[in-house]
Amino acid sequence: MSRSVTLYYTEQGDPELQSASGSSKYGSLWPLPQKVQISDVSFRLSVSGFRIRDAKESSAGPSCSLLQNAYRRYYEYILGGAGVKKQKPGKNWRSGPSELTELQVWITSPDSDCDAFPSVTSDESYELTVDQPVAVLKAPNVWGALHGLETFSQLVYEDEYGAKSINSSVISDFPRFAHRGILLDTSRHFLPIKVILANLETMAMNKFNVFHWHIVDDPSFPYLSRTFPQLSQQGAYHPYTHVYTPADVKMVIEFARLRGIRVIPEFDTPGHTQSWGKGQPDLLTPCYSGSTPSGTFGPVNPILNTTYDFMKQFFTEVSTVFPDGYVHLGGDEVDFSCWKSNPDIKKFMDQQGFGQDYSKLESFYIQKLLDIVTTTKKGYMIWQEVFDNGVKLKPDTVVHVWIGGGSNEEMGKVTAAGYTTILSAPWYLDYISTGQDWQKYYKVEPLSFNGTEAQKKLVIGGEACLWGEYVDATNLTPRLWPRASAVAERLWSSKDVKDISDAYNRLTVHRCRMVQRGIPAEPLFYGFCPHEYKGI
Amino acid sequence: YFRLRSPAPGPVLSGLVTVRTSLQSASGSSKYGSLWPLPQKVQISDVSFRLSVSGFRIRDAKESSAGPSCSLLQNAYRRYYEYILGGAGVKKQKPGKNWRSGPSELTELQVWITSPDSDCDAFPSVTSDESWMTSLFTFYLLGLETFSQLVYEDEYGAKSINSSVISDFPRFAHRGILLDTSRHFLPIKVILANLETMAMNKFNVFHWHIVDDPSFPYLSRTFPQLSQQGAYHPYTHVYTPADVKMVIEFARLRGIRVIPEFDTPGHTQSWGKGQPDLLTPCYSGSTPSGTFGPVNPILNTTYDFMKQFFTEVSTVFPDGYVHLGGDEVDFSCWKSNPDIKKFMDQQGFGQDYSKLESFYIQKLLDIVTTTKKGYMIWQEVFDNGVKLKPDTVVHVWIGGGSNEEMGKVTAAGYTTILSAPWYLDYISTGQDWQKYYKVEPLSFNGTEAQKKLVIGGEACLWGEYVDATNLTPRLWPRASAVAERLWSSKDVKDISDAYNRLTVHRCRMVQRGIPAEPLFYGFCPHEYKGI
Repeated sequence: MSRSVTLYYTEQGDPELQSASGSSKYGSLWPLPQKVQISDVSFRLSVSGFRIRDAKESSAGPSCSLLQNAYRRYYEYILGGAGVKKQKPGKNWRSGPSELTELQVWITSPDSDCDAFPSVTSDESYELTVDQPVAVLKAPNVWGALHGLETFSQLVYEDEYGAKSINSSVISDFPRFAHRGILLDTSRHFLPIKVILANLETMAMNKFNVFHWHIVDDPSFPYLSRTFPQLSQQGAYHPYTHVYTPADVKMVIEFARLRGIRVIPEFDTPGHTQSWGKGQPDLLTPCYSGSTPSGTFGPVNPILNTTYDFMKQFFTEVSTVFPDGYVHLGGDEVDFSCWKSNPDIKKFMDQQGFGQDYSKLESFYIQKLLDIVTTTKKGYMIWQEVFDNGVKLKPDTVVHVWIGGGSNEEMGKVTAAGYTTILSAPWYLDYISTGQDWQKYYKVEPLSFNGTEAQKKLVIGGEACLWGEYVDATNLTPRLWPRASAVAERLWSSKDVKDISDAYNRLTVHRCRMVQRGIPAEPLFYGFCPHEYKGI
Repeated sequence: YFRLRSPAPGPVLSGLVTVRTSLQSASGSSKYGSLWPLPQKVQISDVSFRLSVSGFRIRDAKESSAGPSCSLLQNAYRRYYEYILGGAGVKKQKPGKNWRSGPSELTELQVWITSPDSDCDAFPSVTSDESWMTSLFTFYLLGLETFSQLVYEDEYGAKSINSSVISDFPRFAHRGILLDTSRHFLPIKVILANLETMAMNKFNVFHWHIVDDPSFPYLSRTFPQLSQQGAYHPYTHVYTPADVKMVIEFARLRGIRVIPEFDTPGHTQSWGKGQPDLLTPCYSGSTPSGTFGPVNPILNTTYDFMKQFFTEVSTVFPDGYVHLGGDEVDFSCWKSNPDIKKFMDQQGFGQDYSKLESFYIQKLLDIVTTTKKGYMIWQEVFDNGVKLKPDTVVHVWIGGGSNEEMGKVTAAGYTTILSAPWYLDYISTGQDWQKYYKVEPLSFNGTEAQKKLVIGGEACLWGEYVDATNLTPRLWPRASAVAERLWSSKDVKDISDAYNRLTVHRCRMVQRGIPAEPLFYGFCPHEYKGI
């Protein structure tokens, strides 16, 4: 009854599908740090006695609210019930384990980055030593300290008697890739701010550091632009309940910053812009049916000066609202049929000598857009088609590879041309299937393409993408976690961390930890969490 | 006023909903608004009435056989008053033409139970009359849901309803959801929320696959060690007698039967932890390997245990049926065991272990029969030729060939329910609800008499990959597609009309606090408030 016989035997026969069971020697650490030594000497943490505080040598003090907020958050996670798995008490138990009274956080650089925004060049490394009587977390700046606090919290467990305990450990850690992102799509479904914040919180638990905010697209335009308020007034699903106000956007950015996460907005043009046209007349190309306008619209109209005037003003606003050094400009999936139908476009093509090659028109548009964005002092990311079409790009452009089947060749080409790149093709989490698909995401090796060492250095990371056709506030969070956690470890941990069964054991407990922290992260397979999710 | 009339309150929903007085053009995308599942007969006029928050009442008709002492109805009135006026209207529609002159007000919904016995304190059964027939001005429980689905918000946010006459009854009597609380424990809160959602979709059977290999969360009063040893955790991951009682009563108040499944002889690994000698010891060569197989069918103690256990089950669960499982029995352990081999020889079973399985099931059925319960079994039990009582319900689940199986089962004269096309634990990208919706349960070759034996179906959500974190959005609104197939007329199959209604029905579930996932891109006026 339970399922088809075929699947039944498959599962029985495949050790990777067993609900397991075992525990990893690395406990529930996720993603696995670069260097880990855990001894079996354990200490207890007292609820009243344990403190997280600035080391006196630290360059960040009580005025660093980023750290103070993080201490409060992790104190709550650690002693409010973060220990999710009972483990055997260490051998010192009988003689009464010693107590760990303090975690000292020591920012070693003169500039702690406390009030800064994280960037692609931020140093995220940290070193954590858990020993009696104090544990020490050393990091060059606050970004590494945040990761170290998460790791510290993952070392804490409940012993047989429910006492919070931690084993003596030495950890030295840094990310394999600098860009570790999650793409959420707030156009196909509006995501309430609460959902975005909860997922930023979960990203921090998984050491993700980029929130790629695909904020607008064809179906709706929820971004409330101060310069062009009619865009959301007309283009959002609802002008009040389904928009992101400037205050909302600011809150998302600050919430993310406090967790070491960059917010990179995507304003995708010239395609995927149907919702823009509702509030901005003449922005989109009128499509023709024979010799008369059909009443429908195509991509952004690339032949009007007003288009570029608009883009100049719009991206100037974007550059001030979003502090990150990069903005994602999209550029994917441009449908040429509307352009082809329009007589004015045809005339322009002739004037420019583009012949019938509409990708030249697309490149013409993108080139002008890139020049505009460059004047706003931002770097840009673009989807791979822009590169494929031969548009001239700034050297610091990040090319985003997303087309499956051939992404290795594409990575080779992009890096051979000297551009930095990030990979998403194998990590489209909106595609679902029965079973443990996290394993498929986990097994991806981003540097498996043919290329020189120099080329591989140009791969700065990747993103898990959860496009919005089928997800909204009701199901997004459990669909994203812990499947995205598999991507998190691939992007953070060493290349040789690839033991699926050890990963299963750690991830199962990590999943329960997310659940205990109030995140509805779905199960990998049958089994249970000591504290099940309290919602429905 | 508006009356809902039904023969009995359990199915309070039968009846005729007649609304009259003023106006509104109900122009949603579907001419049937957001009704789901679609009632058998619907007439909605464009005359609309307003419902005033302070003035509107749901009350017993004075002719009704159920009065204020019928707490089932009183609870339902409260629930639906909240849904209707607490914000159940999910779609703004254009004000009707009479708007300027002020639409009339609908002040009352009268609920008229017409049978002398209202069934108010009874349990629903497979023969409950869920129809709502009616005369003018009448209405019931299922009818309350339908009434609430007729209410919408007009342009000014005013709760409105159009003059309507609805006559309704289900196409199939057995419309179930299977939840699996063994592979993952489901907190009571999750079960109750899904019962509530079942009622919104007019499902009437909760098939509780309560135990299985991974865990045994059912706390048995007779054999407490079963959950003590076999549950994931003996306190936090068990269903106590009080929990079970609460589930049953919560379901009853919503016209839902609770049919427990205690699957044997396979799928019983968790039973063995608290009941030594119940399972067959497997052998490796000539010595026990330390692992165990299906229930041991050759010991008298096995049947003594089953007798006591199912006697308890028969008193704990009031429904007339219990599901006895009987699927996917793996013979390899039996084959390894020398005592079993000897028994096979004695019985003259040769090498045919399905005979041994049948031997066990036959004895089990006889035991359960003495508890005065009917039983449901998975199709293998029928396939193996076990002798079944005439009122046995055969549950068809194996995909690819389920039509042939339905033909065979009904040709043999057994009633049957279908689940094969509705295994909702299988997921894929896209709108798979359409696939479930397009299923026609009576498409197999057979006589009219055979087709009458198909009493319904169940959507199954097996528990390997779902727990409290993701079960509800994975079940809804995908199961809603099954709900309409089992309730509405056979000819209700316009996918695009269904899409239009289901989209709004989905938003209504969301507004009622249920995280029902989206069908496709779009939005709800009130998005889900949780994460």
